[in-house]
Amino acid sequence: MFDKILFGVGAASGLYLVRNLYTMLMVLPDEAAQGMIYRIMFFHIPSWWTCFICFFIAGAASGYSIAKKNFRADSLAVAATEVGLAFTFVGLATGMIWAKIIWGIWWTWDARLTWAFITALTYAAYLMMRNMIPDPNERMRVSGALNVFSFASVVICYKAIDWWRTQHPGAVMSFRTGGGNIDPAMEGMTYQNLFAFLMLCLVLVTVRLRQEESLRTLEGMRRLAFTRQRIAVLG
Amino acid sequence: MLRMSWTIFLKDVRMEFRGKEALNASLAFALVVLILFSFAFDPTSEQIREITGGLLWILFAFSGVLLVNRSFVREQSNDCLDVLLVSKVPASSLLLGKTMANLVFILLVEAVCLPVFSVLYNISMFQLPLWLLGVCLLASWAIAILGTAFAAMTVNLRLRELMLPVMLYPMIIPALAAAMYLTNNIAAGKVPVGDDLIWVRLLVGFNVIFTTLSLGLIDTILVD
Repeated sequence: MFDKILFGVGAASGLYLVRNLYTMLMVLPDEAAQGMIYRIMFFHIPSWWTCFICFFIAGAASGYSIAKKNFRADSLAVAATEVGLAFTFVGLATGMIWAKIIWGIWWTWDARLTWAFITALTYAAYLMMRNMIPDPNERMRVSGALNVFSFASVVICYKAIDWWRTQHPGAVMSFRTGGGNIDPAMEGMTYQNLFAFLMLCLVLVTVRLRQEESLRTLEGMRRLAFTRQRIAVLG
Repeated sequence: MLRMSWTIFLKDVRMEFRGKEALNASLAFALVVLILFSFAFDPTSEQIREITGGLLWILFAFSGVLLVNRSFVREQSNDCLDVLLVSKVPASSLLLGKTMANLVFILLVEAVCLPVFSVLYNISMFQLPLWLLGVCLLASWAIAILGTAFAAMTVNLRLRELMLPVMLYPMIIPALAAAMYLTNNIAAGKVPVGDDLIWVRLLVGFNVIFTTLSLGLIDTILVD
């Protein structure tokens, strides 16, 4: 039953994305200053928000896992981080395509872009680090602490456009500027795509979480079998 | 707690000065890289003034990692780390003591490299000695505290020499960027004023945030 719901949510998010694509390509007009390329923002902005939400969940789950020694929370942290990192790369790629067309360059080293890159690097380091620690207890402690550290770069990345004068455009959404910087139809479209992304993200995180849980069970069984074998040999 | 940190600090400093392996290696590495710089660009050009800070702090970050990497590895022989952890020294004191020791080592490397750099590339680094000292202290503390905390995370890994820089460098970019900018100004003889002071604030803020975070999390990292 749970599988069917999961599959349903995944299919719904796919359909929703297709429907959004139709609206943004056929219904919404070109933007006055940027022309048609502005549509990539409907993917760029939601993918960054999705990844920030993922990293927030990962940070909170890591904090909980090291405070309460909870392995499920640790699995959730790794699942959310992996999915979040995928959305980070979507955000980076769409941003770079947009920059090439609007600015004429793929990349510039302003505070926002630099921090986005740093964020991707720190979470990639987290995933690398996990693979190197065989002991599950130590893995949870050490990588959990690292995940909490990494969240600092997410906060800086989010606030970078307020703290520094960046080439990256400033805030446009109404909840940060108080309105007037974006057409309501376009803003609505951004939120709709965010919703579709979040549905997709939910499905991916859940699938990844179950994989991680099975992996942990397998690891435990292997350990048990190994111990029994040793006892049999010694005894 | 501070007294215990002081004891750990003295122990680490004494151990390092008896063996001098990390310090010597790091110094030798720093000097070799200083000489390598002269092949990367024209050492007599004026251009080098503009990249002084960048060169120096990349160098200090690299040699600093060599130093902080040793601080927990040193305790692995005879299971000294386990003994330290079951003793009544709290993990945060251990981290603080080790960080202070690492700070001293990094400052020593800087004390050797800065005059050598001044002489080799004809840039007087010591026009504003107090500012230089301040920036060195703050940025070296940033490398030391985060480096030591991450060294505690990676101490049991097989690939720790590789993993420590991979984790550490992205994290300390803000501190390094601030130190690079301020060092550039200091090398040009300009006292940081007005807008430049934001970099000093960034350095101080970075140190406060990550020192608190490291001291808070070290119990989780080291002790189960």
